[in-house]
Amino acid sequence: MAKYMLLMSYSGDTACDLPMGEWPPEDIRAHIDFQHALDAELRDKGELVDAQGLAGPEVAKTVVSDGRTSPVVTDGPYPEGKELLAGYWVVDVESEERALEIAAKASAAPGPGGVPIRQPIEVRQVMSAPA
Amino acid sequence: MPGDRVEDLLRTLAPQVLGVVARRFRDFDAAEDAVQEALLAAARHWPSDGLPDNPRGWLIQAAVHRLTDHFRSEQARRRREETLAHEPPPADVPNTDDTLVLLFLCCHPALTPASAIALTLRAVGGLTTAEIAGAFLVPEATMAQRISRAKARIKASDVPFRLPEAGEREARLQSVRHVLYLVFNEGYTSSAGASLHRTELSGEAIRLTRLLHETLPDDGEVTGLLALMLLTDARRPARTGPSGELVPLAEQDRAKWNRAQIREGVALVTKALKRGDAGEYRLQAAIAAAHGIAPRVEDTDWTQILRTYRLLERMTDNPVVSLNRAIATAMVHGPAAGLELLATLELGGHRLDAARAHLLELAGDTAAAIRHYDAAAARTANTPEQRYLMTRAARLRASSRIDLRGS
Repeated sequence: MAKYMLLMSYSGDTACDLPMGEWPPEDIRAHIDFQHALDAELRDKGELVDAQGLAGPEVAKTVVSDGRTSPVVTDGPYPEGKELLAGYWVVDVESEERALEIAAKASAAPGPGGVPIRQPIEVRQVMSAPA
Repeated sequence: MPGDRVEDLLRTLAPQVLGVVARRFRDFDAAEDAVQEALLAAARHWPSDGLPDNPRGWLIQAAVHRLTDHFRSEQARRRREETLAHEPPPADVPNTDDTLVLLFLCCHPALTPASAIALTLRAVGGLTTAEIAGAFLVPEATMAQRISRAKARIKASDVPFRLPEAGEREARLQSVRHVLYLVFNEGYTSSAGASLHRTELSGEAIRLTRLLHETLPDDGEVTGLLALMLLTDARRPARTGPSGELVPLAEQDRAKWNRAQIREGVALVTKALKRGDAGEYRLQAAIAAAHGIAPRVEDTDWTQILRTYRLLERMTDNPVVSLNRAIATAMVHGPAAGLELLATLELGGHRLDAARAHLLELAGDTAAAIRHYDAAAARTANTPEQRYLMTRAARLRASSRIDLRGS
């Protein structure tokens, strides 16, 4: 078994450039149902370690410190056309193939009109034995 | 009675009690849940209340009680309950085969390795779901789900609660050995310190394999597996440094090795090898024994080790064996011969780069060694191993004042 983190980003590189707030309500509903069903599947298979969505970049802060003077805290990031983390899953699976399969499913989450958004999902193996 | 003594006793009794109850009620799934609840109740009460006169009988009674409640609450099972109500409570007849039956059941090839491991640790090892989840660093609910899926799978496959037929037995035994070996490795390949729970998995794998060995003393491969685990585990105290960093075999302080475990492992493998037609575990144990009996690293009998890897390579298509054979070749015939063999291998991950780096370092090709240590460090998914590889590269850089990245 190995753990993988599947990172989902807001990205220009999807089939859907409409912000979710502007989708028809039933499509938002379908999207949320899809995410719940995916989490339920992972839980049912005994593969889910953690899954979280992150609050938007509007409330994000970035901290930089040299460990001596007071840290510099800035609002954002507000990247332009750059990828920004939206949420993640941590799964514990038999193989990399299975992690990729889950990522593919997540990427095909339905958008407006039920069309898959094709959101890019980054698949990263979690290092074992944190010392 | 102190809590850890109670825990040891409970873990010993767990498979015996489950054997009696499952055999009697012919429902492994429900029996396993009931026994787990009985064990939890005992763990709660015995340390303060003291042991009952007959701990085993107490556990059987408690499990039967819960099972009866469970059946009573399930309407669909009414008829069965009526039958049971008219039968006397199960006799506490020790059945030496029960542990074996349980191991065969929990390591059934229909299960994925992860499910088989989880179920074995709970049903045979007597660990709680929370303990197993902690060892594998997943939430308890996730581990619980894995266990109940495994049990559902067993139920669906209609595996009977008895020893497999003679013709099927060796193949099934192979799955049992494999699962126990996976449990051992899960504990061994992780570092000490932060992952204390995981090292306990190796101890548990040794305990269960010992149990299997007591049941099947004439199975050479079971003996070999036990020897391999003991010999490998004997090096654990020397395998990591003060801050959890990996210490390679050649640099380990052999005074820290567990001598008693090495003696036992060597005796077991010597006996098992006399039987002839050695299998993989016996051969791997023989290699571990060759390292174990060398007082200093320069005393290692690499010729013998190389010969054993050749035998092993004929038995398996595992490229890691070929990789180890290449390293043994380098130790006998020089790094160039080893590197030549490595060039013929195809292997994903970091191991090939790490082996190449090591042999290049031996050959004195510092620049190339650094390059391969860097590549291996970038590919490994194990933190202590990554630190080891990076440190190795850094040490070579410092000694040769070469900075490839800066050029």
